[in-house]
Amino acid sequence: FQLTVPIAVVFAPGTVPRDLPRPLPFRDMQEMEIPVNLRTSVTSRYEMVYRSTMAQEEAALGAATAREADAALRPLQDASLGSLTMYVVPETSSLLPQGISIYVGKHRSALVRAGGDLATLHTRLRQVTQVMSFTASSIAAALSDRVPDGQLGPDARRHLKSSLGYEITFSLLNPDPKSHAVDWDIEDAVNRYVQPVLDKLSLVANFSVDSQILYYAVLGVTPRFDKESSSFLLSAHSLPHVINPVEARLGSSAASLYPVLNFLLYVPERSHSPLYIQDKDGAPVSTNAFHSPRWGGIMVYNVEAPASAQASLPLHVDVDMVRVMEVFLAQLRLLFGLSREELPAEFLLERPGNEGLADWELDRLLWAHTVENIATVSTTLTSLAQLLDKIGNIVIKDDVASEVVYRAVASAQSAVAELAVGHLHSAFQASKEAATSSERAFFDPSLLHLLYFPDDQKFAIYIPLFLPMAVPILLSLTKIVRESRQCKKEPTKMD
Amino acid sequence: NGMLAAAAALLLLAAAGPGLGPGPGRADAERAQQDSLREELLLSPLPAGDVAATFQFRTLWDADLQRGAVSHYRLFPKALGRLVAALGVRELHLALTQGFWRTQAWGQPPLQAPAGAELWVWFQPTVTDVDKAWKELSNILSGIFCASLNFIDSTNTVTPMASFKPLGLANGTDHQLLRYAVLPREVVCTENLTPWKKLLPCGSKAGLAVLLKAERLFHSSYHSQAVHIRPICRDASCLAVSWELRQTLTVVFDTFAGGQEKKDWSLFKMFSRTLTDACPLASQSKVYVDISPKNKEKELLEVTPTPASVHEAVVQGERRTYAVYDLLSPLLFNTSRSLNVQLKWKRPQDSSELPIPVLHAQRYVSGYGLQTGQISTLIYNTHPYRAFPVILLETVPWYLRLYVHTLTIITKGKENKPSYIHYQPAQDRRRPHLLEMLIQLPANSITKITIQFERALLKWTEYTPDPNHGFYVGSSVLSALVPSVIAMKDVDVEQSPLFTSLFPSSDGSSYFVRLYTEPLLVNLPTPDFSMPYNVICLTCTVVAVCYGSFYNLLTRTFHVEEPSRGGLAKRLANIIRRFRGVPPL
Repeated sequence: FQLTVPIAVVFAPGTVPRDLPRPLPFRDMQEMEIPVNLRTSVTSRYEMVYRSTMAQEEAALGAATAREADAALRPLQDASLGSLTMYVVPETSSLLPQGISIYVGKHRSALVRAGGDLATLHTRLRQVTQVMSFTASSIAAALSDRVPDGQLGPDARRHLKSSLGYEITFSLLNPDPKSHAVDWDIEDAVNRYVQPVLDKLSLVANFSVDSQILYYAVLGVTPRFDKESSSFLLSAHSLPHVINPVEARLGSSAASLYPVLNFLLYVPERSHSPLYIQDKDGAPVSTNAFHSPRWGGIMVYNVEAPASAQASLPLHVDVDMVRVMEVFLAQLRLLFGLSREELPAEFLLERPGNEGLADWELDRLLWAHTVENIATVSTTLTSLAQLLDKIGNIVIKDDVASEVVYRAVASAQSAVAELAVGHLHSAFQASKEAATSSERAFFDPSLLHLLYFPDDQKFAIYIPLFLPMAVPILLSLTKIVRESRQCKKEPTKMD
Repeated sequence: NGMLAAAAALLLLAAAGPGLGPGPGRADAERAQQDSLREELLLSPLPAGDVAATFQFRTLWDADLQRGAVSHYRLFPKALGRLVAALGVRELHLALTQGFWRTQAWGQPPLQAPAGAELWVWFQPTVTDVDKAWKELSNILSGIFCASLNFIDSTNTVTPMASFKPLGLANGTDHQLLRYAVLPREVVCTENLTPWKKLLPCGSKAGLAVLLKAERLFHSSYHSQAVHIRPICRDASCLAVSWELRQTLTVVFDTFAGGQEKKDWSLFKMFSRTLTDACPLASQSKVYVDISPKNKEKELLEVTPTPASVHEAVVQGERRTYAVYDLLSPLLFNTSRSLNVQLKWKRPQDSSELPIPVLHAQRYVSGYGLQTGQISTLIYNTHPYRAFPVILLETVPWYLRLYVHTLTIITKGKENKPSYIHYQPAQDRRRPHLLEMLIQLPANSITKITIQFERALLKWTEYTPDPNHGFYVGSSVLSALVPSVIAMKDVDVEQSPLFTSLFPSSDGSSYFVRLYTEPLLVNLPTPDFSMPYNVICLTCTVVAVCYGSFYNLLTRTFHVEEPSRGGLAKRLANIIRRFRGVPPL
């Protein structure tokens, strides 16, 4: 199918390339093929509107710094999800620092330094567009079920599956409550750091946050003692074994079906502290944390040893939540596939500020999730159809068919159509609805209502009939064979 | 009626105790602590030489679970907290029991539960669809506790009108918000214990919970584990709500199953573990041993090591003396590293001095044949001079069709008219019979309640696996305020041991008792399930034989027989012909 990104390219005075095909304003279109597998491919289409700046925009672009210009331009843009605005500024503009030719703002706009002819401008525009909407690899990651193995990057399987909601659980693991009385002000930390990000993401899914403290929860690996630094070390290859014993204690999300994101803060026991995580090369990891794809993250929080060994136990510890939340938020972004990719040096990205997430990053997430939802719907419905072909006895009631299956198909179709015209928001809503309906169809209890008898069991019941009936047939067959052999033999006898 | 109103008032009284003080040596933990944990173990020798061990873990949380989108849990388990918040649960009582508490021989239990699984829940008035919430709740609980609570459906759920009052804070009791179900067939085993232990803040790593070893706990004659969640008053003024989670576990160890001649017990003999420390998160951690002298002159039991203190209390109408070991006191582990409480009988017990509980009951099914039967319940009031009322709750599955006109209640040869009857007839495959009665029990009497029933025929898919085993009928429930023989002091609920405080203690003249009778096993007319297969086999064989001969007839090629080669039939015919003097063929 086809993804359409509406882009407005706005030329500041004196930046219009000489080799522009038509006078401003005009429309243009560019297409790009993203191959997914042998049969499918996704066409991405960029609908460009070229125009020159209006008076207000010109005034905004006259600001002292890029950040101020970005803020001033905000009310002048097309605010709908998925659309992008590029401002082409003169090559000599002082808005962008030296050596930087592309500046991506907090919202849905970018400043691009004019680069002489149209061809360089086009390549720059394409780079910005891909950063701000989607790239071939992000689409491939969203369709990871269909992409043949080996073609995906290592990051592709790290992202969380698209879902209607997520549960975020922060757990403080205190394996040694006798010597550490650990307290954390999680409530305040969540309100201050996590909630703004989630508010921004609330368009994508529902989020619920809770926290718990688990005592006597130990990691599954005994850390190695390092004499040199008199500390304990967890090497990278042992990290996969860390999670399993802890997971049993985390408690399943019995009350909902949404995937759970776990963020664990581990305070090592006194006999094992300080504890450091080593990466593959043996160097200690600076954040002392690691994450597990599609599961969550773990951070080790070392408690400083008391000055005197005779200090009374338990030692009271107040967790520095800023340090912890920095790590957890970075992991949260990673899990949602919002990590900042390696970009050419000429790029400058504005820091997202307190919200933790720029508007265009949200768009990126929406593009990927919409594509993934549509892929999931088609997979679910295809497997339902395959199941029906296999087991003919399954009954699909009319209400399941009309209300759920047909609605899923219709929503999926409308999502594809909306994507093709570039309405990201409505496409995402439709794909979400399609995903819900198709899941409901697949897991409808009425499908399993009737017991179904496998064919081999039916056959087994009728063995008392088939076996005695087979005996005379087989006997007469052997008789025929014997007789035909004798018929062959007899003529030779005659001779 | 008056009695129930009094009971409800008492509930409020009982819940309104002062807040928990910090335990000794816990001064630093007091700071802004919103939740607390108390753990205790009660060892009570039973008259027959068995011993009952009751664990109670109480987590008290000064937070309102019903409000607030973000919830941060510390000692309170997250799984249960989320459940309470998400489904609008006001009070939850779940018990999983293996075996039957023999009230007559063992005396009044601290907390009895019916055999199998019992779940009763009060929902918040804000819950609109109680049935849906109940269904969802039982499904989630079955996931949490690995029990088959998902089999709770409308055919075994009832809404009792009088028997089950909220045990915690409640304003208004609309019984439409209550659901009660018992699954008597449920088998309790290790897989139910492990998730139960996981809910404890210290797990089974420290404190009293180290004694909870599955291989010993299930090698016993009675095992009951329960979870009670209820809101209670935070302080005496009762302006804010605290949530209380009580996890209890009762085990009865059998003398003879233990294979020992002597009836002496120790922690190590019972649990094959000893206690080494308290749970570091607990604000109270105590072991109580019931050493009450059965008669005035001599003490029967000797306890080692010597207890630091002795607590006297009146529990369920009896004066009891408890030896108390405080695991948080540093003195306890001074002399030895671990605590192994030992009980020694000073002299053998004679059965004559067994105290008979004031209220106990028996139930059985009688009758012959597979058409009709009769359920009889015997309720004993052994109080020498006081009569008291009791509420009886009977839940009978729909496939036993009760005839209410045959209900008879006879006390001392005379008919006893119940002062209150609530009867809800069953609907086939929809809901069970519910019979609730308030019966006055005269002093020193036996009341016999009988009701006849007819057995229904089930559809063939409705039979359980192994239908010849029979079908269970859940225990009936007796709730009563039993007048005390001895006067009870008004004790401070928060300061007394935990096991006294779940049910409301009372005004000093009576105490609350809830008893469960035996579950019944009833045989239903059961068809021969192999019959369809037998019929298929037989018919198929007949069809196959017919088919075979027809096939033979149709496919056989007939040759003209050459006379020289006579078959057996021809030779026989020739012999007969020779006898007859006719020329052979």
